[in-house]
Amino acid sequence: MAISNNRLTKEQYIQNFSDIHPPFEHPEGAIIEANRCLNCYDAPCTKSCPTSIDVPLFIRQISTDNLKGSAKTILSSNIMGAACSKVCPVEKLCEGACVYNLLDEKPIEIAKLQRYSAEKAIINNWKLFERKQAIGKKVAIVGAGPAGLACAHALAKEGIDVTIFEKESKGGGLMTYGVAAYKVSDKLCDDEVDFILSIGGIEVKYNKTLGIDFSIADLQKQFDAVFLGIGVGIANTLNIPGEDLEGVEDAISFIYDIRTKNHNSIKIGDKVAVIGMGMTAIDAATQSKRLGAEEVIMIYRRTENEKPCTQVELDIAKLDGCSFIWLASPKEIRGENGKVKSIVCNKMELGEPDASGRKSPIETGETFEIEVDMVIKATGQMPYLDIINQSEVKNNKGKILIDKSNSTNLKGVFAGGDAVNGGKEVVDAVQAGKDAAKAILEYLI
Amino acid sequence: MANLQSNFLGIKSPNPFWLASAPPTDKKINVLRAFEAGWGGVVWKTLGSQIKNVSSRYSAIGYNGRRAVGFNNIELISDRPLEINLKEIIEVLKLFPDRAMVVSLMADNDRDSWHEMVKKVEDTGAHGIELNFGCPHGMVERGMGAAVGQDPEIAKMVVEWVMEVATIPIITKLTPNVHSVVPGAIAAIEGGTNGLSLINTIQSITGIDLDTLVPNPNVGGQSVYGGYCGPAVKPIALKFLTTLSQDEKINQVPISGIGGITTWKDAAEFMLLGASNVQVCTAAMVSGFKIITDLCDGLNNWMDEKGYKTIDDFIGLSVPKITKWEELDLNFHIVANINQDKCIHCGLCYIACEDTSHQAINIERGNPYNNYTINEPECVGCNLCQIVCPVTECITMVEQRKGDESINWIEFQKRGLKLNDH
Ligand SMILES: Cc1cc2nc3c(=O)[nH]c(=O)nc-3n(C[C@H](O)[C@H](O)[C@H](O)COP(=O)(O)OP(=O)(O)OC[C@H]3O[C@@H](n4cnc5c(N)ncnc54)[C@H](O)[C@@H]3O)c2cc1C
Ligand SMILES: Cc1cc2nc3c(=O)[nH]c(=O)nc-3n(C[C@H](O)[C@H](O)[C@H](O)COP(=O)(O)O)c2cc1C
Ligand code: SF4
Repeated sequence: MAISNNRLTKEQYIQNFSDIHPPFEHPEGAIIEANRCLNCYDAPCTKSCPTSIDVPLFIRQISTDNLKGSAKTILSSNIMGAACSKVCPVEKLCEGACVYNLLDEKPIEIAKLQRYSAEKAIINNWKLFERKQAIGKKVAIVGAGPAGLACAHALAKEGIDVTIFEKESKGGGLMTYGVAAYKVSDKLCDDEVDFILSIGGIEVKYNKTLGIDFSIADLQKQFDAVFLGIGVGIANTLNIPGEDLEGVEDAISFIYDIRTKNHNSIKIGDKVAVIGMGMTAIDAATQSKRLGAEEVIMIYRRTENEKPCTQVELDIAKLDGCSFIWLASPKEIRGENGKVKSIVCNKMELGEPDASGRKSPIETGETFEIEVDMVIKATGQMPYLDIINQSEVKNNKGKILIDKSNSTNLKGVFAGGDAVNGGKEVVDAVQAGKDAAKAILEYLI
Repeated sequence: MANLQSNFLGIKSPNPFWLASAPPTDKKINVLRAFEAGWGGVVWKTLGSQIKNVSSRYSAIGYNGRRAVGFNNIELISDRPLEINLKEIIEVLKLFPDRAMVVSLMADNDRDSWHEMVKKVEDTGAHGIELNFGCPHGMVERGMGAAVGQDPEIAKMVVEWVMEVATIPIITKLTPNVHSVVPGAIAAIEGGTNGLSLINTIQSITGIDLDTLVPNPNVGGQSVYGGYCGPAVKPIALKFLTTLSQDEKINQVPISGIGGITTWKDAAEFMLLGASNVQVCTAAMVSGFKIITDLCDGLNNWMDEKGYKTIDDFIGLSVPKITKWEELDLNFHIVANINQDKCIHCGLCYIACEDTSHQAINIERGNPYNNYTINEPECVGCNLCQIVCPVTECITMVEQRKGDESINWIEFQKRGLKLNDH
C-alpha cells in the first residue's frame, strides 16, 4: 500500500473530472423542459431559494425565447446564479419544493434551465447591469468569495467605490478552491468573477491578507464601511492520536490542490478513509476515487438517516464505488515509519436527540481497526479564530456575530457568508452578501 | 367490437375516416400508402385547370413548445396535369375497390367546363365528387373557390350546372370565410347537392419573422393570406357544423365534418354534432398516415364502452344539447371545490380567480406551500380555476342550485326578477 500520483491516463483524468451535470445540448431540450413548468403562483421553488430567484419568470422567459431577460431575472437575485446552477444542492432547495414532487413526477430541472440562460450571460458577457454614478463613498470588502463578490456587485451598482482584499491570487473563494472539480470548471469560475467585476467600480487587490498585510482597524480608517467575507479555514482536527502521521490530510487542503494543480500530480492512497458525511466529505471521497484510489471508505458516527449530506450527494459517492461504515468514530490513527497504516474506530450506537435534533452517537466500548494508507478529515471547517481575535470583533469560537442589520459590534463593519454561519452553501453566502450590501447602503446613505 | 362502417350517400367505406382533399391525396403514391395504413377513403386533391404553385408554401403556429397546433398554406389546387391524376385515380380504384374515392373539383367558372370535368371524373369510376367552393386563396382572384362559396347565388348556379350531368353523389364543400355558412348551404341544397362538407381553411396570417419582418410563409420577401387549419380551428369548425345540423332545411342532407380533427375524440365530437363522417388533413400531414390506427381503435373502444353498435347510433346526439342562451336555466348554479388531497399547491387557481375572475379563492400562506380553499358565496361557477388546474379532478364543480324550478331568461324577465345578486 502506498500513496502515489499519476495513477491514471490523461483521458481517465479528463473523463473523471468532466461536468457531472451536463447542460442542455440543444435549445429544444430547454424549451420542452421550460414548457413543462406550471408557472406556479407564489412559487414554492422561489420561496425555497435562499436568494429568492423568480424561478417561474426566468423559466417563462426561456420558453418565450427571451434569454437575456431570463439571465437578468436570475442574476439580479443571485449574481452567482450560473455557478449556483451547478453547485446548489437543489434537491433540498428549489427542485425539492417543485410541486411536481407532490404528483410523484420528476421536478422541473430548475438548475439546468438556470444554467441554460445564466451561463450564456457569463460566456457572452451580456451587459445586463449598469452602475449608477459614483456617489463618493468607499467600502472595503475582505474576501473575494461568493459573499464578498455579491456584496461588491450590489454596492458597485449603487455607485459605491469598492475595494476587495483577497488573500489568494484569484477570486471566487471556495467556488474556485473548494467545490468539486466535476461540478464547475476553472474557466467558468474565472469568467464569472470577470462578469461580476465588469460592472465597474470594483478594484480587487489580490494576495493581500487580513491579519498580515492590514487590520480591520486600518480598513475602518480608510473606508466608509467594511464587509468581512473571509469564509472559514481548513477542516477541524479530530483530536486523536496519530493525526500528524504522513498520509493524514485535511479535506480543504486536499481539494484546494485538486482545484489548483494538475490532477496527475495529486497523490492519493490505495485505501483511503474519509471521516465525515457532509458535502465536503462526499467531495473528498468521490474525488479520491476519481484520482484512482482503489478503495475509499467513508466513516460516519451516526447512521444514514442522520447524514448531513443530501441523498443525491450520497448516491454520487455510492456510484463512484465508495463504501460506508456507519456508526463509527475514529479513535486513533496508527502508523509505521511515520506513515499511516491503519485507523482504529469506536463502534457507536444512537442515543437521545442532541441539539441538532438528530440522535446523538454514543460509544459502545467496542472498537475495530482497518488498514488504510490515507485518512482525509472532513468533519466541518475551523473558523479563522486567530485573525478574528486580532480585532475586537465579537464572535462565537471564531464565527463572527452580526445583528439583524448584518453589522458586527464594530462601527461600520459588516460580515456575512461562511465566516458568520460557519459553513453553508454558495447560495447562502450570496444572499448574505446581498443583505449586507443593503444594510451598508442604509448605513451610508 | 363496434362496427365502424360508414355509408355516406351510398359511398361505402370500412371506417368513417377520409383524408381531406389536400397534399395527402394528391398522388397515387400517397393514396396507396394511406389505404395500406387503413384510411377509409379519400377526397382526391382538387382538380381543375392547370395552375402553378409558389415555393415556400406552409407555415404554422406552435404553442407551449408543441409544434403546428395551427397550420397554414398558400397552395392552390392540384398542380399536376389532369390526365395523370385521372389515370392514377383509375389505378387506385382497381387496387382498393373497398375504399371511398371522391374527387374534388374546381372547374373554370362556366357551365361547359364544369360539365366536362364532371364527366371526366365519372369516367374514372370514382364514387363521388366534392365541389371545392372553399379554397380561400389564389383561386379567389380567378373567380373560383371561396368566391363561389361566398356568394350563395353563384354557388347555387354552379351546383345546378353540375347536377345537370352528374350521375354520382355530389358533395359541396363550404368555405368558413363567411359570417354564416347557412345561406351557402341552403343555396347548394337548392341547387341540388346531395351532401355537404365543411370546413375548408380559414384565411389567416400565422406570424411574422421578427428578424426579416416578413410574415410567413416567406416567398422571396413577401407573403399572402393563407388558409388556416389544424387543431386550432376545431372549435370554429364544430360551431359551423352545428349551425348546419340545427337547420331543418339543411340537415336533410349528410354532412362530412372537417377541420382540425386530430384524435378519435375530435372525430366523435364532429359526429355527435351531426357529421356523418369526417375528413382529416393536417393531422395526417403532421404525423403521417399511421394515426389512422388510433383514430379507429379509440373510436371503437369508446363506442363499445357506450354501447353504440354502429356510428349511426350516435351521429347527431349532441345537436339538441346546443340551445339559445336565453333558454338556459338561470337557477342552475355550480361552485368550485378543491380536493385538498389532490392539490399540489401551485396556486394557479388562486391567481386566476384573484386577478381575473371573482376573488373567490382563499389563500393561507405557508412555506413553501400555500393552501387554497373556495369562498363559496363569491364563486360564480365560471370554471376558470378548474380550467387552469394542472391536476385531473382536483377541482370539481359542484351543483348548488339557486332554486328547484328551471327558469330561463325570458321567464326571468317576464317575472321581473332582481338582476343584480352580487
Ligand atoms: C469542499 C467543499 C465543497 C463545497 N461544495 C459546495 C457545493 O457543492 N455547493 C455549494 O453551494 N457550496 C459548497 N461548498 C460551500 C461553499 O463553497 C461556501 O459556502 C461558500 O463558498 C462560502 O462563501 P464565502 O464567500 O462566505 O466564503 P469563501 O468562499 O470561503 O470565500 C472567502 C474568501 O475570503 C478569502 N480570505 C480568507 N481569509 C482571508 C484573509 N485573512 N484575508 C483576505 N482574504 C481572505 C478566501 O481566500 C476566499 O476567497 C463547499 C465547500 C467546501 C469546503
Ligand atoms: C396544404 C393544404 C392544401 C389544401 N388543398 C386543398 C384543396 O386543394 N382542396 C380543398 O378542398 N381543400 C384543400 N385543403 C383544405 C383541407 O382539405 C381541409 O379542408 C382543411 O385543411 C381543414 O382540415 P384539417 O384541419 O384536418 O387540416 C388544403 C389544406 C392544406 C393544409
Ligand atoms: S369557478 Fe370561477 S369564480 Fe368560482 S372559484 Fe373558480 S375561478 Fe373563481
